[in-house]
Amino acid sequence: MSSTERPGLTGGADPAERAGWGEHPPRMGFFTDTSVCIGCKACEVACKEWNTVPEDGLELTGMSFDNTIGLSASTWRHVAFIEQQAPVGVPALPAVPGQAAGIRGGLSGPAVPGPDGVDGAMRWLMSSDVCKHCTEAGCLDVCPTGALMRTEFGTVVVQDDVCNGCGYCVPACPFGVIGRRADDGGAHKCTLCYDRLGVGMEPACAKACPTDSIQFGPLDELRERARVRVNDLVEAGHPEAQLYLEGADNGIGGAGAFFLLLDEPEVYGLPPDPVVPTRSLPRMWKHAGLAAAGVGAMVLTAFLGSRTDVR
Amino acid sequence: MAEAHPVGFQWVMEAKARGATVIHVDPRFSRTSAMADLHVPIRAGSDIAFLGGIINHVLTEEKYFRDYVLAYTNASTIISEDFADTEDLGGVFSGLDRDHRTYDFDAWRYQAGDVGAAAGRRDRPGSGKGGQNGNGQNGDGQNGDGRRRRVRAAARGEAHGSGGAAAHPSPDTDETLQHPRCVFQILKRHFSRYTPEMVEQICGISPENFRRVYEALTSNSGRDRTTALVYSVGWTQHTVGVQYIRTGAILQTLLGNMGRPGGGILALRGHASIQGSTDIPTLFDLLPGYLPMPHVHGNEDLDTYADAESMDNGFWANVRSYMVSLLKAWWGPAATAENDFCFDYLPRLTGSHGTYETVLAQIAGDCSGYFLLGENPAVGSANGRMQRLGMSKLDWLVVRDFSLIESATWWKDGPEIETGEMRTEDIGTEVFFLPAAAHTEKSGSFTNTQRMLQWHHEAVEPAGDARSDLWFAYHLGRIIREKLAAQSGSVPGSSSPAAGEHPDADEMNRPILDLTWDYPLRGPLREPDAEAVLAEVNGWDGDGKPVSSYTQLKDDGSTASGCWIYCGVYADGVNQAARRKPGGEQNWVANEWGWAWPANRRVLYNRASADPEGKPWSDRKALVWWDPEQGKWAGHDIADFIANRPPSYRPPDGAKGVAAISGTDAFIMQADGKAWLFAPAGLADGPMPAHYEPQESPVQNLLYPKQEHNPVRETLRHPGTPYQPSGDEPGSEVFPYVATTYRLTEHHTAGGMSRWLPYLSELQPEFFCEVSPELAAERGLEHMGWATIISARSAIEARVMVTQRMPSLTVQGKRLHQIGLPYHWGRNGLTTGDAANELAHFSLDPNVHIQEVKALAVDIQPGRRPRGPALLDLIRSYHERAGITDETGTEV
Repeated sequence: MSSTERPGLTGGADPAERAGWGEHPPRMGFFTDTSVCIGCKACEVACKEWNTVPEDGLELTGMSFDNTIGLSASTWRHVAFIEQQAPVGVPALPAVPGQAAGIRGGLSGPAVPGPDGVDGAMRWLMSSDVCKHCTEAGCLDVCPTGALMRTEFGTVVVQDDVCNGCGYCVPACPFGVIGRRADDGGAHKCTLCYDRLGVGMEPACAKACPTDSIQFGPLDELRERARVRVNDLVEAGHPEAQLYLEGADNGIGGAGAFFLLLDEPEVYGLPPDPVVPTRSLPRMWKHAGLAAAGVGAMVLTAFLGSRTDVR
Repeated sequence: MAEAHPVGFQWVMEAKARGATVIHVDPRFSRTSAMADLHVPIRAGSDIAFLGGIINHVLTEEKYFRDYVLAYTNASTIISEDFADTEDLGGVFSGLDRDHRTYDFDAWRYQAGDVGAAAGRRDRPGSGKGGQNGNGQNGDGQNGDGRRRRVRAAARGEAHGSGGAAAHPSPDTDETLQHPRCVFQILKRHFSRYTPEMVEQICGISPENFRRVYEALTSNSGRDRTTALVYSVGWTQHTVGVQYIRTGAILQTLLGNMGRPGGGILALRGHASIQGSTDIPTLFDLLPGYLPMPHVHGNEDLDTYADAESMDNGFWANVRSYMVSLLKAWWGPAATAENDFCFDYLPRLTGSHGTYETVLAQIAGDCSGYFLLGENPAVGSANGRMQRLGMSKLDWLVVRDFSLIESATWWKDGPEIETGEMRTEDIGTEVFFLPAAAHTEKSGSFTNTQRMLQWHHEAVEPAGDARSDLWFAYHLGRIIREKLAAQSGSVPGSSSPAAGEHPDADEMNRPILDLTWDYPLRGPLREPDAEAVLAEVNGWDGDGKPVSSYTQLKDDGSTASGCWIYCGVYADGVNQAARRKPGGEQNWVANEWGWAWPANRRVLYNRASADPEGKPWSDRKALVWWDPEQGKWAGHDIADFIANRPPSYRPPDGAKGVAAISGTDAFIMQADGKAWLFAPAGLADGPMPAHYEPQESPVQNLLYPKQEHNPVRETLRHPGTPYQPSGDEPGSEVFPYVATTYRLTEHHTAGGMSRWLPYLSELQPEFFCEVSPELAAERGLEHMGWATIISARSAIEARVMVTQRMPSLTVQGKRLHQIGLPYHWGRNGLTTGDAANELAHFSLDPNVHIQEVKALAVDIQPGRRPRGPALLDLIRSYHERAGITDETGTEV
């Protein structure tokens, strides 16, 4: 059964509608095509500049060129850098197939390790991570104050003036996206630049991305585009190219931000099978309700029984 | 390119999406390599051997574009009998004067049956005017050699930014390319030993990788296809830097990739508008538009200047018009025919006054004041210690920057304070720090690598005391003029003769007082109107109407133009640089976005995109073509040619100037209209590139065992910047590794624009060095531990990044390890660290005086460097081990 048919607490095919928005724009999101990410981190800087997110620590990590480490209350875009030896037989990064077969003849064979076993065989994966704006958003589900809200664009946003800093949302995110900031105590994460969307502008990260690795638009269009792109890559000899969170058939009921990866999600530090922790809540509540009803019935029966006995 | 120019790299990614193959040649595997179809690691400092190997392949396997080469290059030109190649002379060219470390270009000249008949001037060796590139011979007997050297020391290599050096316009040729002294045969012999085996031994590149590169290049060049060659400024930072570019130019010319869409050599600049800063120069040897700065010998007056610097043929014949118009723009009504248009107001060069000579002059006490406008030499220039030593001898230093950069605070917290070499109380330099406005806080133009000007408008007023450079220059000039006027008792801007109490002072002050200094001021900050400056740069005719082309400029003082090649940027009184018509609303060349010099042409020398008859070489690569019905050149771009000159035009005998340009002279600014595979003049260090080892190299020059280095490199000498033994000299084993400096995406040059910004600093928060796992094992370096890197100049410490991205190579049968050093760090700012350039020396490219920081020989040891005076002890111990003396490394 597809998750879209099982809306969970807040999800469904149209989360904005389910959240009570009547007439509303189409669901908007990100498609991050990591195969064209050049690791410039312009997305990280543009995000911080636009959203006045504070600096998040000056620490040299030694994790290749990734000194950001991960998403947090003060990091809403994170570019991962993964150095690896390319899988045997995989040509260097791809172009659109078919267009240049003539000149690529000398190069399109298997990557041949050089005399040092390095040149030709090295691969450096880069990928810009962000809040997934889940269809079934754990953070939203557990927020007791209503600070986390579903917008008319289907995105999930923290309202800073409502958040009381309880932190329930932090463990509720299966990706570790949302966090609390020590100074103001509030929870913070990507808003998909809600203020920019409201006036018809694209989010700051997508605007700054020089290679269109980060693409913004109506989710339906992005999914279409992503399927074409991944097919092209597979045909060009990259069977490892895959879409991550593109469909609705996953533990978060689909995502407002999905990815094209050139390796398994774990390689990029992404959970291969994320599940929203509130997913079982309706079933649990149903069971709890049934149990409660059963208990009630038993109690009632007991009372009725005792009455009988009394009589 | 992805690493240092990520925004521009979007176009490479777009080309890739359309099927382009991307090859990246670099010692390290960078973000660019990650996107490339092929990464080829190379030993830093060996690029001429690598490209020379490809040239050899192209020539011997006949992969060159023969029709193009015959029509548009000097392949068929016959060279003088006096010429002898490196093959004949053990690694040097004929004309080498070992005592003075110079070449006499006369030995490289074209052979011409009609010598004397059509000889040029700018172009003519021996014209008696000390002309171009200092190759002019003397007119006064015994002092001639000295004078020639002094003129040559002023280089002028950079004067070829808008046209080549001079040469005979109609030399002897052999169209069959068989004559043993024709350029084609000379080139073939010169590169004949640059074989794949030699490439492997010298560069550490496998024959397989080498084959993949040349096959991709040659199969993607010709009538239907073109290949672009892109380099960044690091390519120039060698003692053979200019010859690196020349090697690329020869290869691209042989393959027919110049002047054609998708071809060319694209120089990515170090930061915004570096192209602009050579067009309207910040260089000591140039005036705007690549007019050479007059030299004290040879340019006594306007006549001798115009005679010496002009060519008989082509647009450089009109140097006098360009110069007079410049003088009129600067001195307005004060510039008259009677006073030589104020030509004598211009200072004269007496020698080389480049950055490094200036530092030595500071130390010697000959240079007492220094302006640093957006420059941080204490971090960004070679041998920071020498830079600081120079600054400590100044009377005054003005630093204009965003933050208190190292060049502004060395006197209280520099490394020499720590080592005890300097004490703050002993330093007499008065340091002024003036905060600078950012580009968003001022209006102006950027000129990019395509020579395209793009205007930017002020978005916000600068905060606090920050001001634009234009504001600073204007108001500084205004105040100086007021003070001088008071001294002279005359009125600024008036050309009236001296009337003050100090007539001598007035005479001396006139060049300042007579300047046109009347730009409109705007707003509460009294900001000069940048568009008014642009209008002056563009120039106007006798009626005060903006000129639209440099062909309108006159030598009679009726026109004015601040930079002749920029004529047209303000055509019709409109700021053409501010045009922003979207690409989708015009053709693919997009001539209506911004404005490019010359004449808004987007591809230079694009006449070469059509065959000699004026037809495109192929439909796929059509750019401009001759339209016989209209009787003019048509095309997607604006033709870089005389609009109505048919391909069939041949100049009549005795034609001069523009009339002498043949209908097939595609390389229109060249003396002979040809692209030069062999440069008969214009280069200080040889008519063709030859592989020389860097000033300091762990290996011997395999191609020319008797000639380790560029024989005419400039080795500036001072005890503060000693050189190391190189090649097989004893002591070179003390510095067994190759270090190369570079940039990271996250930081900007010497850090002034990034190390104070939290959002950038957190992305690369500390100085590190990149080493291979092999080197780490050899020296006991631990990932994220500390390492000390040592040269004869200094020792610096860095965190260690052990990565496969910095591969070790096999060179001449031995493992060679390279060390990557991002050079952004210094002691100030949010993220701090030692400056990589502390390690570098003062050996320079002889053409443009650039430092060699991309290939250094160093040692590396685990652990942090010593503190205080112990640092000097460490360096001294290396000097002793390597046997370094004052003479080490200074041989020819």
